[in-house]
Amino acid sequence: MTNEISPTSAADLADAVCGALRDKAPLQIVGQGSKAGWGRPDQAMRRLSLARFTGIRSYEAAELVMTVGAGTLMSDIEPILAAKNQQLAFEPADWGPLWGKPAGQGTIGGVLSCNLSGPRRFHSGAARDHFLGFTAVNGRGEVYKAGGPVVKNVTGYDLPKLLAGSFGTLSVLTDITVKVLPRPEKQRTVLLFGQGPETANDAMTMALGSTHDVSGACYLPMDLARRSRVDLIRNANAAVTALRIEGSGPSVEHRCAALRQIVCDAATEELHSMRSLAFWREIRDVATFMADPETVLWRLSVPPASGARLAGKLANALAGCSWFLDWGGGLLWIALPPVEDIGAEKIRQSLVDGGGHATLLRGPDDLRRTVPVIEPGALSALLRRVKQAFDPAGILNPGRLSADW
Amino acid sequence: MLMPEPDAAVLARRPQLVDALKRLIDPAGVIADPIALRAYENDGLTAYRQPPMIAVLPRDTAEVAAILRFCHQERIKVVPRGSGTSLSGGALPLADGILLGLGKFNRILEIDYDNRCAVVQPGVPNLAISHAVAERGFYYAPDPSSQIACSIGGNVAENSGGVHCLKYGLTTNNLLGLEIVLMTGEVLRIGGKHLDANGYDLMGILTGSEGLLGVVTEVTVRLLRKPETARALLAGFSSSEAAGQCVADVIAAGIIPAGMEMMDRPATHAVEDFVHAGYPMEAEALLIVELDGPEVEVDHLLSQVCAIAETNGATSQRASASEQERLLLWAGRKAAFPAIGRISPDYYCMDGTIPRSKLPQVLARMDELSRRYGLRVANVFHAGDGNLHPLIMYDANKPGELEAAESFGADILCLCVEVGGVLTGEHGVGVEKRDLMPRMFSDVDLDQQMRLKCAFDDKQLLNPGKVFPVLRRCAELGAMHIHRGQLPRPDLPHF
Repeated sequence: MTNEISPTSAADLADAVCGALRDKAPLQIVGQGSKAGWGRPDQAMRRLSLARFTGIRSYEAAELVMTVGAGTLMSDIEPILAAKNQQLAFEPADWGPLWGKPAGQGTIGGVLSCNLSGPRRFHSGAARDHFLGFTAVNGRGEVYKAGGPVVKNVTGYDLPKLLAGSFGTLSVLTDITVKVLPRPEKQRTVLLFGQGPETANDAMTMALGSTHDVSGACYLPMDLARRSRVDLIRNANAAVTALRIEGSGPSVEHRCAALRQIVCDAATEELHSMRSLAFWREIRDVATFMADPETVLWRLSVPPASGARLAGKLANALAGCSWFLDWGGGLLWIALPPVEDIGAEKIRQSLVDGGGHATLLRGPDDLRRTVPVIEPGALSALLRRVKQAFDPAGILNPGRLSADW
Repeated sequence: MLMPEPDAAVLARRPQLVDALKRLIDPAGVIADPIALRAYENDGLTAYRQPPMIAVLPRDTAEVAAILRFCHQERIKVVPRGSGTSLSGGALPLADGILLGLGKFNRILEIDYDNRCAVVQPGVPNLAISHAVAERGFYYAPDPSSQIACSIGGNVAENSGGVHCLKYGLTTNNLLGLEIVLMTGEVLRIGGKHLDANGYDLMGILTGSEGLLGVVTEVTVRLLRKPETARALLAGFSSSEAAGQCVADVIAAGIIPAGMEMMDRPATHAVEDFVHAGYPMEAEALLIVELDGPEVEVDHLLSQVCAIAETNGATSQRASASEQERLLLWAGRKAAFPAIGRISPDYYCMDGTIPRSKLPQVLARMDELSRRYGLRVANVFHAGDGNLHPLIMYDANKPGELEAAESFGADILCLCVEVGGVLTGEHGVGVEKRDLMPRMFSDVDLDQQMRLKCAFDDKQLLNPGKVFPVLRRCAELGAMHIHRGQLPRPDLPHF
């Protein structure tokens, strides 16, 4: 059985890494383990928990920065920000339920290590865009820091960008500084009913290319719309295209009206405040639409104008799949029944011409061992050298991102 | 400023290297004439001058790859350069190095309005991108003040900002894809028209790497729709505390303006005498707040900002009523550097970031330093994000004044770090702040950064002598004697 180490300080954590180096005992790094089902199942001998790196170290609302322990729960951070009318603008998703775990278990370290960003991604940036600085322990057992405690900084390499999305394979984060931003005063969502995928994609492209500052744009085919808990969506009996507008009161009303003007070819409706909030939370967390933990889940980041065309092509090729589009067409979610062919080749082949990448987010362990998590192609050798620059002995989450390292 | 000792053996091979380069690329793109090389001797940090050994001006990616492969084989140092507007000496040549100029990479390759992006070559000036897409109402958001001249490739290298980056982000937040050439000549494509990295975020680490990791040969940038309207408010305050509190209150009210700029009294006087924008001369601190978006939003938020300024005791307020007036209100701020150039033979522009709440303390200490060095200083400040640009006035013809100005500048940057800020907000480390890096980072911190450099450039041939105060060999940095039981901390207990 796995030994668990739960250090309480960066120095203790460095000791744990040094111990692992000496014993050649790779470490599995966990916050709460809410996303353990993502990536290659790893075979580390020791589990290194960040459960004791919790708490707000400093929060300067007027400076737009917050420093927290890496193991702090998102569900502890969010109310503190909300009390000052602020938020993490990249809309971090709560994906635990995708793997059958309870909601609200994710940590800030996990969110940044997976570069988790929600529907506002195309508008306000990804987790990596809000990651300002950190303290961490590298694979040599050294405590180091990078970035800085202010929102604008170009001193030295931008290591926070590199650690965002590195799945704990480069260093163990202990303290994290993030940029925080005001919560919009108001939000509304313009709904268009009954559009076909390509028409919907065109409408989203038009909306995102307008001056109306749309901060969410997704398309649910009818079968998925019916699963929503938001009545106007569930009862629409039609595919739903949704466009979110956020900001100050008068501006939101004005822009919603203007947006309805330019997309007036479809029947429209509006979701106001709480319903709009609930709907985008469903889109962000995905589980409402793709709940069955037995289904295989793919997430594709693609050029936004071609999302619907790609979805149509793959829907034909992959029997029994369901799908929806977020990010104005730039993010395609696909759920497949657990059949032998989980579509890896077809999906990845479909991206060769237009560009983009596909991530297997959920699937049986044996499949996750054989389907590469990332397909960096020509970048492979460089990625390996980057890994070695931080973790030369390969003891931090080995095999999580790549079978080779 | 000490640069790495030029390698006499390399200098002795100069004629052969010139011949070899002329065989590798179009010979017209190889510049070896000592007079012609003088044109490349400095970038925007004009206090330092050093002609390169040779300059090369490749025409395409294949020529860049050929040059780098050759230099890697021959162990020749390379300094990449876009338009050469760096204010930190990032593109300062090396006596025994080749200057790789990307000025011929000047084409916009594709504009894709549906995917809201443009694919451009690195030598295209920042502003040219916005001009090219203006007909459809789009623009490229980062707007460094040198945007008419600075190249997009240089913006990537420096992670350039601008007055609107509080709301719209720096270069790194507005990129989708890159083509780069490594020092070995290997050509790599990163990203594209989609979002987020497939694996480690190499684009994130290349952006702001100051030309030390790779040479950018193509850039895919995000395009945004231009906001329908913009209006600016000019407000005067009797103290920097009051102006700073006003900025904090605007943000606390949930407003992120498109721009929020502050000037101190010396800066205000210098620009008003120059531009006659109607700035209030009695103000100790002047604030320009710009809001953009639909008219109804701009008017609504502007009235809130005016009320906040009023509460903080603004001594004067003027909101632009027309586009012409908005541009006039900005004219002074935008002319701040030349206005200082008018009242002083030379000036030295600094670039630190501080927590905004420390501004009064920093200004007071700067005042003391100004008296001690006997040099005047004026301040312009990207107040929203705490990025301070002190302009130190000196006369290079007076013996010792340049050195005094540099020493004064270093003291200011150390002060920024001391109050919880950083050495550079947008100009980069380059050679200018290289030796101050230990003020912010420990040896362990810097070693980790240099190990990353080794993953890209194991012979350390790309822009050496910049950013890092000490050059250490990659073999030395990579050593970890785990097999001999010499761990960093060998006395540790087992778990």
